[in-house]
Amino acid sequence: MIARRPFLLLSWLVVLVAVGWAIAPGLFTSFDPLSGDSAASFAPPSAEHWFGTDRLGRDLFARSVHGARTTLTATLLAVLIAFGLGAVVGLAAGFAGGVVDTAIMRVVDVFLAIPSLLLAMVVVSVLGYSTHNIALAVGISSIASFARVMRSQVLTVVNQDYVKAAYGLGVGRFAVMWRHVVPNSLSSVVALAALEVGAGVLAVASLGFLGYGAPPPQPEWGLLVAEGRDYVAVHPWASILPGLALAAVVIATHRISTSFRREAGR
Amino acid sequence: MLRYVTLKVGRALFVVWAAFTVTFVLLFVLPANPVDLLFDPAEINSIPAEVRERVAENYGFNKPVILQYLDRLGHALTGDFGNSVQSGRPVVTAITDVLPSTLVLAAAALVLAVLIAFGIALVATATRRPWLRDLVEAWPSGAVSVPVFLSGILMLQIFSFRLGWFPSFGDDGWRSLILPLVTLAVPVAGPIAQLLVRSFRTEFAAGYVTTSWAKGATRSGIIVRDVFRNAALPALTIAGVTFGNLIAGSVITETVFARKGIGRMTQTAINTLDVPLVAGIVVLVAATFALINLIVDLICPVLDPRLRAALTAGAPA
Repeated sequence: MIARRPFLLLSWLVVLVAVGWAIAPGLFTSFDPLSGDSAASFAPPSAEHWFGTDRLGRDLFARSVHGARTTLTATLLAVLIAFGLGAVVGLAAGFAGGVVDTAIMRVVDVFLAIPSLLLAMVVVSVLGYSTHNIALAVGISSIASFARVMRSQVLTVVNQDYVKAAYGLGVGRFAVMWRHVVPNSLSSVVALAALEVGAGVLAVASLGFLGYGAPPPQPEWGLLVAEGRDYVAVHPWASILPGLALAAVVIATHRISTSFRREAGR
Repeated sequence: MLRYVTLKVGRALFVVWAAFTVTFVLLFVLPANPVDLLFDPAEINSIPAEVRERVAENYGFNKPVILQYLDRLGHALTGDFGNSVQSGRPVVTAITDVLPSTLVLAAAALVLAVLIAFGIALVATATRRPWLRDLVEAWPSGAVSVPVFLSGILMLQIFSFRLGWFPSFGDDGWRSLILPLVTLAVPVAGPIAQLLVRSFRTEFAAGYVTTSWAKGATRSGIIVRDVFRNAALPALTIAGVTFGNLIAGSVITETVFARKGIGRMTQTAINTLDVPLVAGIVVLVAATFALINLIVDLICPVLDPRLRAALTAGAPA
């Protein structure tokens, strides 16, 4: 099946390579991401330095490979936070109903009213600049959308016959919630999480690009683009090649999440 | 009908008030010592205790939190969000100074984004060649996947440094607007295009289209006369999301192209921890978002007879 969709296959390959970069960067490059030969600054891409070198002569491919760990770990953390808290909040709202539901959803409305990048920027400014705080900020700013999807799923599920049947059999409220409502509501939230991985990489990298993440010697995808940006007129590869690696990963995760949603819809 | 309007207006007002409260909690209550946020982190240790004390006094940080809150809320209701820490000017003036520049960029980008989105939806529906349809339909998810800072840099590199068609930064005249405009429009167009492609497809399969076919209408005639009107309406429902994308996009775009505007001011305000300015911007953005959603909620029944009928029949909104 997968062979008939070459683009999907390619997407999986891109994501696997990126995950490989994050887990074992040493397998993909032998260059040191933090120190370089300053005599060889701004070398153009070559067989030795695939992405060229930066101002300090550091190999940009090595920095991109090592940057995958920072960016992808932060993204994973952000999605887990948003998924976990969003699912709990949405479940509480949808399952409790009535006043609790109204109260929770009005609060969710407020968080949806503030664009997530702006909210993440504010949260990061309060927490302090670091990659962990970026992950936290991106996670917090996406809780609301997860909560909304979870709630609408829960509302559909609680009206299904098997839930009514469980109540009829004398199963307790929380047992019904745990055994029937939660597992049956989660599928769309998981699909959203897959989609959110791409958006999360973008958000983490955007905040890194704006300079709210790891301090400069550390490699991070957004920061790499920002560092190369000052020299873009003369040495365009320094920002564009790391940026293209980032874009490739996001496009690939989008493609994969689309295929998930199609499978789920079948 | 009146009940519907009151409900929607009430909700919008609530969102603005709550956004104010959330920002207050985030920026003035949660930080262990809000006075620290007012100083440059690099110089924080060199500031004498008396100065900090006086600043705390000035900003009212010595008062109980609830009094500070009511005080700020009261002033905000009269349009006073305090003074920017960096420039010392009133927050409202600082915002209105740069607002026109962002409005021009955002409005132009929105127009272009809507045109692109409709173009994609029309081509995807009108074409009978599967490969062209696949190609066009793949475009929106690509558009939202490429980071705005990367596409901005690529545009700079190609059209400014290589070809020399447009200036690379600044904001003088329409020529400096083109690159930021296209950079911002592309990711904004993505979600609109996705929605339109889907709703064009649904409408194209609807019963009234079959009737039109039976009456001998042509493919383009059906798309323009029947599908277009019915399929365009759902695009209004993501107006709020689109506004959010425009704001987030303008933060990055204005930074990359060094244009003045709300986005770049937000970034500077966050960098320098200019708390009153950040609070003012967040409340302004949330208020605009609430207003846009309110307008959409109010005009949807005007445009869609089915909704209007439901409302006048007294069905719950």
